[in-house]
Amino acid sequence: MSATTIHPEETPTMRTNLRHRSLLSDALRRFSHNKLAMFGLTIVALLVFAAIFANLIAPFPYDEANVTEALQFPSGAHWMGTDEVGRDVYSRIIYGARISLLVGLSSQLIALMIGVPLGLAAGLMGGKVDWLVMRLVEVMTSLPALMIALLLIAIFGGGLVNVIVAIGLVAWLDACRLLRGQLLSLRERDFVLAARTIGVRNRRIAVRHLLPNAIAPLIVAITIGVPTAIFTEAGLSFLGLGVNDPVPSWGKMVGDALPYMRVYWYLGVFPTLAIALTMLGFTFMGDGLRDAFDTAGSK
Amino acid sequence: MIRYILGRLLGIALVLLVVSIVIFLLMHAIPGGPFDEAKMPLPAAAKANILRKYGLDKPLYEQYARYMWAALHGDFGTPFQSPTESVTGLIARTWPVSFKLGMVTLAFALPLGMFAGVLAATRQNTWIDYTATFLSSLGLTIPNFVIAVWLMLLFAVHWKILPTGGWGHWYNYIMPAISLGLAPMALTARYTRTSLLEVKRADYVRTARAKGLSSNQVLWRHSMKNALIPLITILGPQIPNLITGTIFVESIFRIPGLGKFFVTSIFRRDYPMIMGTLLLVALVWSIVYLITDLLYMVVDPRVRLDKKSS
Repeated sequence: MSATTIHPEETPTMRTNLRHRSLLSDALRRFSHNKLAMFGLTIVALLVFAAIFANLIAPFPYDEANVTEALQFPSGAHWMGTDEVGRDVYSRIIYGARISLLVGLSSQLIALMIGVPLGLAAGLMGGKVDWLVMRLVEVMTSLPALMIALLLIAIFGGGLVNVIVAIGLVAWLDACRLLRGQLLSLRERDFVLAARTIGVRNRRIAVRHLLPNAIAPLIVAITIGVPTAIFTEAGLSFLGLGVNDPVPSWGKMVGDALPYMRVYWYLGVFPTLAIALTMLGFTFMGDGLRDAFDTAGSK
Repeated sequence: MIRYILGRLLGIALVLLVVSIVIFLLMHAIPGGPFDEAKMPLPAAAKANILRKYGLDKPLYEQYARYMWAALHGDFGTPFQSPTESVTGLIARTWPVSFKLGMVTLAFALPLGMFAGVLAATRQNTWIDYTATFLSSLGLTIPNFVIAVWLMLLFAVHWKILPTGGWGHWYNYIMPAISLGLAPMALTARYTRTSLLEVKRADYVRTARAKGLSSNQVLWRHSMKNALIPLITILGPQIPNLITGTIFVESIFRIPGLGKFFVTSIFRRDYPMIMGTLLLVALVWSIVYLITDLLYMVVDPRVRLDKKSS
């Protein structure tokens, strides 16, 4: 593990290391040999592509309602049909990638902004700070994350921003716990002892030796956290407690389609497929990353 | 041992206290209560009357103290959405529905999951193993409301062999239980497979083989016993998980359970109902975790909880 400690002045050596067998190149090799992980990466890449170029790919604007063309089955003009107010489903699915990615990434960012400082404080300072942080974690874990998110929505109302904040506020636990655990176990490693023996100060040990080694698991945790966030947003919007109307959320599309699904089946099929594929893509990619970086668990 | 349990119970009580205070403060800090002027214009006197009736005119700490005192006596107040009932009564009416659904779900998901796990482990690295592993990834990843919609489209819309929703008949359980059960089933399969493969190389399994037992005897008499231990850890949390899991599924299939009422409470900002449900869930969840840990110790004597606890 100590090989990943990256010092700026060591960059040239790092490069040669990369060409030989550094942890990173090992991980990349393992990742690219993992078929499921590559499948996940492909889906995620497609998703990012759709999100960035939505306005070029989508044949119609996501909010263009045309009542005379409402509830049309899939056709050459509307590949995935039109919804109950005559909006093109295909276009809304494409734009929906933006919403899903936005929610997934920004809620993880919020989770990091809360979880990393708390995890750092708990893992580095220990003692009372650690006790306090862990009690906070305990209180949060005494309720299902979805219920806390629902409570926050009940109090502060729905809408895209509130949904992102609500998901971020319940998602920081993993990052915090993970970072704390990593720091606690790293503190006992020989290379930290060695650094301490030659007189390196605590702050420097934390920044130079502990943090770089804790980053890989943190990245993996975020990758696995993204689909959870996307799922939560879709679920909240599905219930009608998430984003508001013109915003093309896949979950909301499914929820709105429920009363029409008996006849207009396509309204249910395409958004659920989009959700399922996105979840699979991120999960397979995350699992692949975890396996790739998990040197202890490799065969 | 007793000290450990008492300590944990005290911890649970503290957590519940903090949870209740936080929820209480959150719910009261925000304008826009259930008697919102915009939605329900009322004469000032009538509004004051209603506020007095529900004790909403008192200072916050007094409201909280009153609430907790009553709650300790099993009275969680009156739900705004159904003023003729009590929160306790409403929960007592709706929870058994979710609970029954959860039990039916586990009753088919666990045995099937175990079976798939055994199948995959005994045929490691064959197509059966790969298929089972891949299917369990799908089951763990695809959200239950997506599965619910797909089941509905297939069974209710396309083949028309099941109604789209409702409650009260045995066939109303089929689609909800499958949508809820795939994830625990996949989890069980995965854990069973992993732990069976782990104990496969254990000394006592080799001894059992050496003394001439057949593979099947070793599997069911020796391997399975130990392989099932990790299942306890995943089983416990599945029970409260099913409560939240049912939120979506109950909404889709119009099942009058706790999950559906919780969503209604969120929509209507029904504070007493939200508070009562959350406290109940927090209590059940913490107790289940405690029982899981204790059970783990009973089943596996190597585990000592009281030493580990801080």
